[in-house]
Amino acid sequence: MTALMKIKDIEVHFPVRKGLLQREVASIKAVDGVSFEIQKGEALGLVGESGCGKTTVARSLLKLVELTGGTIEFDGQVVSHIKSDKLKSYRRRVSAIFQDPFSSLNPRMTVGQILGEVLTVNKYEEDINTRILELLALCGLAERFVELYPHEMSGGQRQRVGIARALALDPELIICDEAVSALDVSIQAQIVNLLRELRDTLGLSFLFIGHDLSVVQHLCDRIAVMYLGKIVEIGNAQDLFKNPAHPYTKALIDAVPSIDPDEKRLNEDMFLQGEVPSPLSPPSGCVFHTRCKYRIEECKTKTPLMEQVDIGQNRMIACLLNEEIGLNSQQKQ
Amino acid sequence: MLEVKNLAISLTSKNVEVPLVDDVSFKVKNGEMLAIVGESGSGKSITSLAIMGLLKSPLFVSAGEIIFNGIDFTKLSPEEIRQFRGKKISMVFQEPMTSLNPVKTIGSQIEETIIQNLGLTKQQAKNCCKELLSDVGVADPEQRMRLYPHHFSGGMRQRVMIAIAIAANPELIIADEPTTALDVTIQAQILSLLSELCKKRGMAMLLITHNLGIVARYADKVSVMYGGNLVEQGTPRSIYRNAKHPYTAGLIRSVPKLDSDKSMPLEPISGEPADPSKLISGCKFHPRCPEYRPICEKQRPEFKDEVACHFRLDKDFERQIS
Repeated sequence: MTALMKIKDIEVHFPVRKGLLQREVASIKAVDGVSFEIQKGEALGLVGESGCGKTTVARSLLKLVELTGGTIEFDGQVVSHIKSDKLKSYRRRVSAIFQDPFSSLNPRMTVGQILGEVLTVNKYEEDINTRILELLALCGLAERFVELYPHEMSGGQRQRVGIARALALDPELIICDEAVSALDVSIQAQIVNLLRELRDTLGLSFLFIGHDLSVVQHLCDRIAVMYLGKIVEIGNAQDLFKNPAHPYTKALIDAVPSIDPDEKRLNEDMFLQGEVPSPLSPPSGCVFHTRCKYRIEECKTKTPLMEQVDIGQNRMIACLLNEEIGLNSQQKQ
Repeated sequence: MLEVKNLAISLTSKNVEVPLVDDVSFKVKNGEMLAIVGESGSGKSITSLAIMGLLKSPLFVSAGEIIFNGIDFTKLSPEEIRQFRGKKISMVFQEPMTSLNPVKTIGSQIEETIIQNLGLTKQQAKNCCKELLSDVGVADPEQRMRLYPHHFSGGMRQRVMIAIAIAANPELIIADEPTTALDVTIQAQILSLLSELCKKRGMAMLLITHNLGIVARYADKVSVMYGGNLVEQGTPRSIYRNAKHPYTAGLIRSVPKLDSDKSMPLEPISGEPADPSKLISGCKFHPRCPEYRPICEKQRPEFKDEVACHFRLDKDFERQIS
């Protein structure tokens, strides 16, 4: 496998301005040194609490926000600062599905017009109507939907239209930002299955952002866990949930209630106390140390780097207790 | 404690009565947590509003009884129900930002409730407020009382809402999706707090949710609603192990589990949730049901022995024949 997208140390800082002269007094470090790769045909999940910067990562990959630092490489080419024509062709190859299918579809356009617009704007060469029908079929919608307006459809159907639009130009990478979070459970499962099917048949790569760990786990090959603008753990999806290494990942998994009442993972002291600190003044050293129950004195001053740990394949974590954690889980096995 | 009997809620539009909730019955005892589960449009939220006496025209209770400590709410005037609201029954809503007043301090909002409902003096209310805030796990209550809602995060605001809800020592708390807008880590904190308060103060709680994981972890009993009807009732364990209604079984199968086998696709329920604006004859679930037979369309199944289904899954009718 080769890397389709390579992200290296990207940073997105938003300035905070104050006073008459709008002087920059501070900056919010929404994304602070994030690196990962997405292989061809791979689905990478990105999870974390709200405000951890996962959506900002997505927006920077879609070139909707400017990077403060770092590089994005797509298919061997640096795309961090491309403009006009190059940007247009980049956006043809990388598309997005958003959370709320109601606000991301134009209420005054029919499904046919919504899909047709994408194709005409990008000068699609073949017959547009055939392509529209093909897209609808691909997403499990009947032909009659061409004539319908968004308000005439249910949430699940609208999200299918959102997916059809993302697929219109045969992209190579699709970025899904909370694509199934707004749907009812029974419909959510339908859309999750559809995304998996599309991935297998079309060989697409995915960056899947979500806060529902079990859904992300189900869809993705690898998962990256973010906390306060940094990635704290990354690894194989199934592996990572069975055997989380970073204290934050552990706590996050413990917080998800299982639907099996007998499976009491519930360990109340494992619950994270407090809330995510403000990104305006992130804690020194390891950003997680204020909520971590394993913290040692060093955590307050020394910033941990992403390092390989000896659990599973290609697992990396950013924690000063790295070695100890590796040893502990080896003993368990 | 609270007993809802054959409750029906309708909506009048152009002189036509459209039934939204029909024949819903359940009981909640002291110190118990009952969860009502359902998808959007299942009628779970308007059921809770009906109990609080908060239905507004064109919605109204068209049949049934809501009995709270022996008093039937459906026979009381709005003014009489108001005497119970906030004192004996209180509510926690989903959006903690929209339910707090942005231009008043946290302290004054809690004190207002206490003075209104318990008739204490200002100074007593202040002390009471401090106690309440520390009860719901807000550190440094004296400082925090002087702050405004926008100073608080989502989880903290929800704690404040809970403090207001328990201020008058109510006997029943209705929580309508109290953690849907919050992160999982905060969700766990808030729900543990609620269930702890429930046990400690012997309050009954009605939890409205769509999340089966929350039900499994916190509820004592569950009622599953679909299309305005009650379809199944039981304990979280009985429902998870032996779902009797095809809808409940389908719902459980469509939730991915953290340790599930990824090579298998999920098993969703086909079709779309019942649209309350369209009338469905017979069993509301029949258009999506894998057990469908012609009778399901003609006759509405009676709610009997914890389930409303002609072909309940725990009995082997002539399932083999079909």
